Amino acid sequence: MKLELRGITKKFGDFTANNKIDLLVEEGKIHALLGENGAGKSTLMNVLFGFYDADEGTILLDDEEVVFAGPGDAMAAGIGMVHQHFMLVPPFTVAENVMLGHEAVTGFAKILDLDAARATVRELSERFGFHLDPDAKVEDLAVGAQQRVEIIKALSRQAKVLILDEPTAVLTPQETDELLEIVKQLRDSGTSVVLITHKLREVQAVADTITVIRLGKVVGTAKPTASREELASMMVGRDVSMTVDKGTAKPGDVVLAVKNLSAKDESGHEQLRRVSFDVRAGEILAVAGVQGNGQTELMEALLGVIPTTGGKATVDGEVITGKSIGDVLMSGVGFVPEDRTEDGLVATFTIANNLILDLYGIEPYSKGLALQPAAITEHAERSVEQFDIRTTSIRATAGSLSGGNQQKVVLARELSRPLKVLMASQPTRGLDVGSIEFVHKRIIQERDAGTAVLIVSSELDEVTALADRIAVMYQGQIVDIVPADTDRETLGLMMAGAHGEDAA
Amino acid sequence: MTTLVDAPVTPAADDASARRRWAGPIGLGLIGLVSFIFFGIGSGGGNETTFSVARQSDFFTIPTLTVPSQLTATALSVIALALAGLAVWATLQRRTLGWWLPVVFTIAVMGSLLTWAGAGREGTNVQITGLLTSAIVLSIPLVFGALSGTLCERSGVINIAIEGQLLFGAFLAALVASATGNAYAGLVAAPLAGALVGALLAIFAVKYWVDQIVVGVVLNVLVIGLTSFLFGSLMRDNPNLNQSMSLGRLPVPVLSEIPIIGPVLFNHNALVYIMYVTVIVLHIMLFKSRWGLRVRAVGEHPKAADTVGIKVNRTRVRNVILGGAIAGLGGAFFTVAAGLAFGKEMTAGKGFIALAAMILGRWSPKGALLAALLFGFADALRLQLGIMGSPIPSQFLGMLPYLATIFAVAGLVGFAKPPAAEGKPYKK
Amino acid sequence: MSESTATTDRSSADGPESEGSPEEAGRDFGRLMREITQSDLLVVVFAIFAAMLLGGLLVVLADKDVLATTGYFFSRPGDFFAAVGGTLSSVFTTMFQGAIYNTNASDVAVGIRPFTQTLTVATPLILAGLGLGLGFRAGLFNIGAQGQIIIGATVGAYVGFAWDLPVVLHLIVAVVGCVLGGAIWGFIPGFLKARTGAHEVITTIMLNYIALNLVSFALSKTAFQRPGSTNPQSPLIAETAEYPLILGSAYNLHLGFLLALAAAGGVWWLLERSTWGFQFRAVGANPHAARTAGMSVSKVYILVMVTAGALAGLAGSAQILGTEHSLTAGVAASFGFDAITVALLGRSRPLGIVFAALLFGALRAAGPALQVQAGVPVDIVLVIQSLIVLFIAAPPLVRTMFRLPAPAHVKEVAA
Repeated sequence: MKLELRGITKKFGDFTANNKIDLLVEEGKIHALLGENGAGKSTLMNVLFGFYDADEGTILLDDEEVVFAGPGDAMAAGIGMVHQHFMLVPPFTVAENVMLGHEAVTGFAKILDLDAARATVRELSERFGFHLDPDAKVEDLAVGAQQRVEIIKALSRQAKVLILDEPTAVLTPQETDELLEIVKQLRDSGTSVVLITHKLREVQAVADTITVIRLGKVVGTAKPTASREELASMMVGRDVSMTVDKGTAKPGDVVLAVKNLSAKDESGHEQLRRVSFDVRAGEILAVAGVQGNGQTELMEALLGVIPTTGGKATVDGEVITGKSIGDVLMSGVGFVPEDRTEDGLVATFTIANNLILDLYGIEPYSKGLALQPAAITEHAERSVEQFDIRTTSIRATAGSLSGGNQQKVVLARELSRPLKVLMASQPTRGLDVGSIEFVHKRIIQERDAGTAVLIVSSELDEVTALADRIAVMYQGQIVDIVPADTDRETLGLMMAGAHGEDAA
Repeated sequence: MTTLVDAPVTPAADDASARRRWAGPIGLGLIGLVSFIFFGIGSGGGNETTFSVARQSDFFTIPTLTVPSQLTATALSVIALALAGLAVWATLQRRTLGWWLPVVFTIAVMGSLLTWAGAGREGTNVQITGLLTSAIVLSIPLVFGALSGTLCERSGVINIAIEGQLLFGAFLAALVASATGNAYAGLVAAPLAGALVGALLAIFAVKYWVDQIVVGVVLNVLVIGLTSFLFGSLMRDNPNLNQSMSLGRLPVPVLSEIPIIGPVLFNHNALVYIMYVTVIVLHIMLFKSRWGLRVRAVGEHPKAADTVGIKVNRTRVRNVILGGAIAGLGGAFFTVAAGLAFGKEMTAGKGFIALAAMILGRWSPKGALLAALLFGFADALRLQLGIMGSPIPSQFLGMLPYLATIFAVAGLVGFAKPPAAEGKPYKK
Repeated sequence: MSESTATTDRSSADGPESEGSPEEAGRDFGRLMREITQSDLLVVVFAIFAAMLLGGLLVVLADKDVLATTGYFFSRPGDFFAAVGGTLSSVFTTMFQGAIYNTNASDVAVGIRPFTQTLTVATPLILAGLGLGLGFRAGLFNIGAQGQIIIGATVGAYVGFAWDLPVVLHLIVAVVGCVLGGAIWGFIPGFLKARTGAHEVITTIMLNYIALNLVSFALSKTAFQRPGSTNPQSPLIAETAEYPLILGSAYNLHLGFLLALAAAGGVWWLLERSTWGFQFRAVGANPHAARTAGMSVSKVYILVMVTAGALAGLAGSAQILGTEHSLTAGVAASFGFDAITVALLGRSRPLGIVFAALLFGALRAAGPALQVQAGVPVDIVLVIQSLIVLFIAAPPLVRTMFRLPAPAHVKEVAA
């Protein structure tokens, strides 16, 4: 099916997410929609999928104008979407998720025909080699498998156009390759595919046509043969250096020492198994791995969010495991959480208050029980200036800031006290390129100031750019710790569990 | 490598089950111990307890049963303690036991208590049939209320307004039955009243995104104010609008004459039979039908439901109104089913006990029924012990459902997981 | 984060309470008007107005004189409207005279008595409302003020009638007793929430009923029974334990009112200016972020509930040491539940709570006069009260009803 978007405009208040976007997806082609975080790609696809109403513009399928009142209409018209945040109901089985919304039923009471749904799952999963159990609960599946459920969900509705929104964010490099193979297979069977991504490598690997979006506008189209530099500068709007500018590390003494650390998550699953590593003053240790392999729990266990079940961690020889979060922070640990809106900020608090969220109890921000508004204001003004936080006022709420500026608030707060260790999870997730560069620069500055830095990132590019050494995690264990210049292939294999020497 | 990542289980998910929860087993153990010491040993040697079950109309008469009090109460307590021990073992082994355990445990402890209460009372029998019958009757508003809560929360809307729905149902049932002179007209009016309260809840919670607990609490106040006001003005000025109307008993032929089971289950008014049907139908529909699948999807992950074309807010509005209607029907219990005129605040907090029954019943109709029966039994027990002149102050028995609820939410929480999207308005 | 979440964050962060951006808000008069019509205050005023109107309508519809005229409405519609007008004016006059100023009084001293009664009734509402508001700010939906008032009053009453202490000291000890009683009853749900995650809405509802059963039980025991009485009521508390009347014996207004105002100031300082309040608010707004920033969420839950219970206990002291002077099972009246609406109407801000309590206190104070003079059941107050809160909770509804312009951001949220 041929899909065409003409002049799509979508506004959220005074913010224009999509500005007169035109897009033409030919039948049986893979069309890549390239743009950095915040460029408006997902909004555009949500408009196409009937999830948002466009303020202006039309959608044409095979040259016929269509209007979607909701996703149901879009699906009926043959559009399927694999969302970046999976749209699966966790306690439901695979079959139930696949059938939801177009259930086969029997009788007056419309009792579900689960057998029909199971058969659909088996049939499709066989065709693509997915190995999915129709009766497995989705909440028990690994992310890669969940993504396959999403694909089956779309295909079971006879999707002629399949939209994949940042599909590789949660996959290992090898899984990514597999997915791209499936995408090609789909194309060859006549499905039109829209691939939304900000990763140049994937675009070059599979796309037939590339449309680049920046700040809500189409800035141009490109051939897959275009060089990475060309694509990158189109995407960002200026020449970007693809590497982070950093000098060689001058590691000092061991500051953070982790020995045989084990921990369970909140529901009692063991997510961390006897993890050991050291981070020295003035070096960055980056933890690579596919999301969900214990990195989150590693950070949470070090901070004291979840209790450890074995082993210990020390900062400058002082044990931090078993201490309260407050005590760990005050012993010189800075923490940048993975999910800044959930764990890093109080969205309804002012920027000024967010900047003292873990400092409110110490002088000069409070004396005894009494907060000191003057000191808090002064601190906020200084931080806003130093970290280039773009805001109208320090009294604005943190929720009103863009993602990049929110992250700057978190960084500013954590770096405003003397640190021995900086721990940052996914420090640039969802940020635009400008903010990414800023955050990377500040992290390297902190390293050069002699702080031990521990980074967790599922973006391999970020890991290789920042790290002085790389630790790869798989299923709650550290597979190996390797030098920063280890090649991508090897890292990818390690992320799937192969040891360094085997992988290399 | 692909075989590795194809494993259908998240890393480390296979080896460990949920964290051990000790509050439950320990609580059971303590209750069992109390039962053993107070009821078992406390029954005193040499006393006897007489249980009677028979009625005249039965096919055949079961003679009264007289047992040695101390021995029986102790034996029942030992059973309860053994079950508590089993629960401890299961926790240690990280196994989960079925719902039969708390049910059997409760029966054992209650049996022990009854034996103790009836110990050495010549001529005062423990009326088993009467006790169970009133347990069923007293659980009616709780069952309907808990079903209402289940329907609403399964679609993601918290319904604290059950109390108001019951009360308004009771009010309108009395009003309409009195005005028309027909109790069944009241039975039809009751769900309409509840649906009206449900509709208000839906409008504020779904359309205006007002905090669902706030709306619920305020709607309760509104209904109390409104019904009390009309009771004191309209009904006072026109006494013919608030008379005692009764639905009347409809014994099921044959079945109602089976000893014990007959009078307990099949000799009631229409509302009780409607209750049986409602529980069964809702349970099947919620877990086996297309409607149920969609409702549960909306309550767990509304956005996912939306992306497959399910109208989230429409589903919620419908469920909340339907839930309101069911609770309103339960409100008929207080007036036309009990044969009473309407009285100020006559639901007396039953809506909140229904809420507790919903939680204890883990958001399923079947569970709601069991929990409501348990609370109904506790209430019936309070009445029976009051008649028998038991040494337990009635206030303590009156507290029982509330204490049980606190114990349940504190001890069993985590095992009972509410729908994930509960309480959150759906905004795109 | 994807674009879609980034943009929804933008719109949801601009909650219904924030104002449009300054650039957008036009200029001069137009801007001024828009700010007024978009402000919360106007919504509050219109909500109160609408609720009063609906309440009045209800009174009219249930009035037997009015109902009598409907029978022959089409032959003599004038009678109907006369009856409606008569009922409405008598209701609102009675309310004014019952709550603000008695215009029939011989002198000012008698005339202002209704107003002092309003202040007296508002006292427990302020105190319990402050406790609940504090909980709301920390994200705790404490419905347990009723039980906390009852337990506080029970302890205070016991100290008041059973102990013999010197002047001043006796009052202080009795007040402390009330505070402790309330605090303990607040501690239980706080502790359960912190340790087991038990939802405070459920536990506090249940604790209300348990408290009621406990006080009934106590009143059935000789230790609490008034000698020579079979009614479930306690002896009168000693005069040394009573709150002094601040305007002399002609008025009921007692020291508890000043205490309530002081408590409002104290709670404001605690919330807005202290490190405790900072933690309370952070936990209320985002417990995950608060925890990650090193705050102990459990400790905050317990502290908040204990403080809220203590304030409700103070409300209990206003009842037992200020107005009732003898313990009955109905000592809390419905103040614990009314306080929920007070805290909601006051938007959990101390000053707002004081004003909301004065408003509801006035409605309550007018109750007896309504019942006696206009023959209107006092329960109409509950209807008005709940309608006010419902309207205020849904500003768009009030805006639609009165055709107030929508604030600029509403389009955004609706999109």
